[in-house]
This record gives sequence, structure tokens and C-alpha cells, in this order.
Amino acid sequence: MPEAVLDRAHEDVHKTQPWNNPDAVPYIRFENVTKKFGDFYAVDDVSLDIYRHELFALLGGSGCGKTTLLRMLAGFEEPTSGKIFIDGVDMAGVPAYERPTNMMFQSYALFPHMSVEQNVAFGLVQDGVSRAEIKEQVADMLALVQMTKFAKRKPHQLSGGQRQRVALARSLVKRPKVLLLDEPLGALDKKLREQTQFELVNIQEKVGTTFVMVTHDQEEAMTMASRIAVMNEGVINQIGTPFELYEYPNSRYTANFLGQVNLIEGVLVDDDEKYAVIKSDEANCDIYIDHAVQGHEGMTFWVALRPERLRLTKDAPEDTKYNCLSGKVEEIGYLGGISTYHVRLETGKRIKVTEPNSTRQIEPRYTWEDSVWVSWEAGAASVLNK
Amino acid sequence: MSSDKLTIKQKFDRWMIKHGRVLVIGIPYFWLFLFFLVPFLIVLKISFSMAEYAQPPYSALFAWIDEGVTITLNFGNYLFLLSDSLYATAYLNSIRIAAISTIITLLIGYPMAYGIARARGSMRSVLLMLVILPFWTSFLIRVYAWIGILDREGLINAFLMWTGIITEPLIMRQTEFAVYVGIVYTYLPFMILPLYSTLEKMDISLIEAAMDLGCKPWQAFVKVTLPLSLPGILAGSLLVFIPAVGEFVIPELLGGPNTLMIGRTLWNEFFANRDWPIASAVAIAMLIFLVVPIMWFQHIQTKQEEREQ
Ligand SMILES: Nc1ncnc2c1ncn2[C@@H]1O[C@H](COP(=O)(O)OP(=O)(O)O)[C@@H](O)[C@H]1O
Ligand SMILES: [Mg+2]
Repeated sequence: MPEAVLDRAHEDVHKTQPWNNPDAVPYIRFENVTKKFGDFYAVDDVSLDIYRHELFALLGGSGCGKTTLLRMLAGFEEPTSGKIFIDGVDMAGVPAYERPTNMMFQSYALFPHMSVEQNVAFGLVQDGVSRAEIKEQVADMLALVQMTKFAKRKPHQLSGGQRQRVALARSLVKRPKVLLLDEPLGALDKKLREQTQFELVNIQEKVGTTFVMVTHDQEEAMTMASRIAVMNEGVINQIGTPFELYEYPNSRYTANFLGQVNLIEGVLVDDDEKYAVIKSDEANCDIYIDHAVQGHEGMTFWVALRPERLRLTKDAPEDTKYNCLSGKVEEIGYLGGISTYHVRLETGKRIKVTEPNSTRQIEPRYTWEDSVWVSWEAGAASVLNK
Repeated sequence: MSSDKLTIKQKFDRWMIKHGRVLVIGIPYFWLFLFFLVPFLIVLKISFSMAEYAQPPYSALFAWIDEGVTITLNFGNYLFLLSDSLYATAYLNSIRIAAISTIITLLIGYPMAYGIARARGSMRSVLLMLVILPFWTSFLIRVYAWIGILDREGLINAFLMWTGIITEPLIMRQTEFAVYVGIVYTYLPFMILPLYSTLEKMDISLIEAAMDLGCKPWQAFVKVTLPLSLPGILAGSLLVFIPAVGEFVIPELLGGPNTLMIGRTLWNEFFANRDWPIASAVAIAMLIFLVVPIMWFQHIQTKQEEREQ
């Protein structure tokens, strides 16, 4: 490839993926931030860079410290130790009302005694913006979230989805440098949530504000976020794009949290520069990996296999030496578009397999207690050491 | 299924479902009728009669004359209230003292209620308990205790004289100041409790949202906390104001001879002058003065709430 083309390709990548550009300056920076409540570490030594225009998601189970991290950014909590920078400015001691952030609360926290219009105008009134300008900006914002019709209503006269939009408008109207969203779609039902996910992403692209979002829903994080930080017990487990996290998880926790996974525990028995072999008591075959594994022979590893990467067959594959488990169908879940099967191996281990129902069948392909083979490509597995 | 196959229990259950509501609502209504409305009507009746040296000490309203009922309504009592400026002064004084006491109670009670509502869970019940604790002692004893505190030879004067800050004892008892102290002290819990219940229900994230949108803490208080606690402020103020207007014991024990309040006037008419009709007229007039504006106010408020729905 000519060099000029390569350069341009790099430039594009650096623009859309600033985290891959070593020269890019992060917009938000957490430096070894710790937050203790009494003796309890809610956030434990977190370092994190977020870049401008990102839609960054903090993902983790309940109580893992996501909200606490967000609240430290907003200024509602001060870190016990460590530093937070927004746009290069140290936020230590800067009160919430002086920070360039706005927050969309999990409960929306709309002022019940004010109309939709007054709620959205609140921040502008507080800043002493002229009346004409407030009117215009509020109207623009309500149009953006499609709530113009409801401007005169009080929050208690709105549905959950409408409240969510008002909360979004209210937090966006001041054009914050960073918008913080705590479980923004948590209170909506599934259908509305999926629809709103895309709307939120569209609005983010339109206004260009940096979004930092908290969620416990991996699907939501993957749909919306440019990058995700997976959190567990106050610690960030892994940071990456949805693609990176799903395809290259660094731990069992991440692999389990994003999507579904079969984990097979085994010992490295053959370690080469080009391949590796893992032997497992849980599997009735040896596992062949088509790349080198960081570690030495005798070390324990977990082989992570996504259910959709597994093949289910009635007949034994040609090569049954590696990557080929046999067992019986124990459970079947027919979901329309796909079917899920639980296969019980002779060792007692259960393996989950999903198959697309891409053609119409006269009757289900497998039934309970069918003897089946589960096999996969050597490149399908990830090897995890924690 | 035909109804004659129902057991007695089933019949009773069905009857309860149909009429239970009326029964449940009916009992308090009956109670209020018996112990509020009937006495009120008796007092109303007496206020239209004339004083007599008899037992009871007032003329009859209904009389049998020539096989017919004659009703003698005497408006003289009410006219008398208008003619003697003593009554008007007493009314206005009562309202002024009650209003000022209500404001002082609010100013003291609001921070206390706020503090309790924001305290930690275990601390909260202790603090609430402390607010209610004085009710376990007789009201009369507590007011008497204030005599001991405010008196010429009372605790405060003794202490100030001992420290040497003053050489002459302060006159505190038998002044309006003492009446304010008594009323504010007595009615403070009635202000704190409704305020606490509205403040406690308030979502903290509303205040955080206000601060997030640029409010300093005091601005968040003025723009969010205060308007949202208005129902509590109103409830507390009415609970203090209404009984304070008719207060008798506190001005009698702590106030001086100049502290003219309607409750005292009423007592004097009943027991000193034994003029029951005038006393009744005073009571009815007070009721009209107080209840009519409050009912009107509540009416306006409900209408406004309905408009907002
Ligand atoms: N103000 C607080 N005082 C004491 N513990 C707290 C406080 N806020 C949060 N925590 C604790 O910190 C942990 C993390 O909380 P949070 O950040 O809200 O979790 P998440 O949002 O991930 O569910 C939880 O165990 C929670 O109980
Ligand atoms: Mg949370």
C-alpha cells in the first residue's frame, strides 16, 4: 500500500479511535482513584482515560461501584485518594455546581413542582441566561427529545419514557462538557429500552457531547458504547470496545459478563510458539489452540467457548482427536430465531450450544437424550488465566 | 348458584363487601357528630339566649305559648360583642400573638425537622422520640415549670445574677414575652412532626439535581426544598395557629394582666361573670373568625390541585 494511503488510514483510525492514538489527550482522566465508605472500598485504585466525543459505558453488576465512580465525576462524592481531571483541570475541591458536567439521574429526579418546560429551563435560569434565549434553547431541546407537545405538563403526568426524555433534555440544555447518565434506560420496559438506545446514540452524535454512562445491562452497553469498562467489586476488570471485550476477554469475569460462554478448566500440556494443547478433566477430548499461550506447561487455564461458535452434529466429526466433545442433549430451548441446547458430557460437565434456525424444519433437529458431538475451530476459543 | 345455598358467613361477607365502606366511614362521622357537632349546636343555641339568674343561667330558646312553639332569638349578645371594644381588642391580640408565635415556631421547627429528616436512620427515631417526649408530662406541669424558669427569682435570673451579668432581676414572667415562650415551647412538636414527614419523604437526588444544574446549596434549598415542603409548612402552621388563638392556660399562667387574649375573655365570661350567652357568642364568633378563612383557603387549594391534575 502506498504510504500516503496508509497515513490517511491511520489518521481516520486516530480520529474515530483516539484511544489507539498515543498522542491523543484524554478528556477525562481518573488517576488511581479510590473511594472508601468506612472500611469498605466502593472504588479501588481506578485509573481510566476517556476521550472527547466518546460514549463510554461503565458496566458491572449491582454494587460494583459504577454509580460511585460517576458521582465522583459529578462532584457529589470526593475521592478518598487519587485525582480526577476533566479537560485538563483537576476537579479536587470543585463543587458539583461549578463542574462542567451534568447528570441524568437514575430516578430522573425531575422537580415535581415544575412543568416540563421549567424543569428544562432550570439550569439556564440558574446561570442568568436571558429570557428570550432560555425560551429558544428550551424549545430546541424539547424538539430534540420530541417532547414539545408536553411542555406544560408536570412530571407526574408523564409516562416513564417521557420522563426519561425530559431528564435528558434538562441535563443537555446547559451544553455540559460531559454528560453523566446513571442507568438512563433502567426504568423503561424492554421494547422501549431498545428503541431509546438508538435514539440516545443519535442524540449523542448530533450534540457531540462526551457521554459517560452507567449500566448493568451488557446488551445496552454493547449497543451504545464506543468503549466499555467492565467493573467488578470496585475494580476495573477490562477496558475495550464491545468487539474487543467480546472476542478477547481477559478474564472469566468479563467473558461471563458479556454474552454467554462455556468455560472449561484445564492444564497446559503442550506449549509451542504456534499452538498449545490443554488437557481437561471436564472435557472428554484434548483442546487444541491455534496460537501460543502465555504461560508454562502445568499451569491451569480456562478455555472460553462462545455457544454460537460451537457446532452440534449427530455424527462424529472426521477428526475426533481434538476439540470434539461427545454427550447427550439434556435441555432444549426453542427461541424462534435460534435454538439453545444444553449438552451433558460423560464427565458431568454441561456445554451450552446455540444454533440459528436459518431454515424451516419439519420437526426439531434434536430431541432429549440424543447422542451428539460438539466441535469447534481451533481459532474459536480464548484461553484465560484468571 | 342460588343465593339460598349460601352459608351465613358467605352472606355476611357479601353484605360487608357491599356495605362495609359505609360502615367504616360512618363510625368516625357518628363520633364527630356526637362529640363535635352536638356540643357546637348547644353552644350556638345558648349564644342566642339571654342571661338569667337561674339554673341553667340562660333563657329558653323554645317556649310553648298558646299551643304553639315560639322561638326567641336574641342577637343582643353578638351586638354586645361589637359594642364593647374589649372583645375586638382581645380577638386581634389573640390573632397577633398566635401569628407571631406560629412564625417563631416555624423558624425554630424547620431547621429541627430538616436535621431530623437528614439524620442517620437510628439517630432519627431517637430525635423524634425526644420531640415527642414532653407529651409524657402533663401540659399544665410543663407550663408551671416555665414559671420557675422565668420568675423574678427563677432559674434564669438566678444564673445571670450569679454570673454578674445583671444586678437587677429581669422581668420576664407576666409579660407577652413569656406568653411567646410558652406557646412556642408547647406547640413546637406540632410544627416539627408534619414538617418532618414532608421533608423525610423528599428525594435527596432532587437537591443533587439542583446543585448539578448550578445551584449553590442555599439556592437549591430555596428553589427545591422549600417549595416542596410547603404542604408541611401549611399543616404545621395551622396546627400551631388555631389552638394558639384560643389558648387560655399559657396567657393565664405566664402572661401579665395586660395580655388580653380571647381564651381568657371567654373564661372570664363563663366562670367569673357567669354570663353563658355572651361567652357562647364569643366562642361562636371565634370559630367563625378562624374556621371560615381556613375553609376558604383549603377550598382554593383543592381547586388549584384539581386544576393541576
Ligand atoms: N453513601 C454511601 N455510604 C456507604 N456505602 C455506600 C454509599 N454509596 C455506595 N455505597 C456502597 O458502595 C458500593 C457501590 O455502590 P454503587 O456505586 O452505588 O454501586 P452500583 O452503582 O455499581 O450498583 C455498594 O456496596 C454500596 O452499598
Ligand atoms: Mg447504581
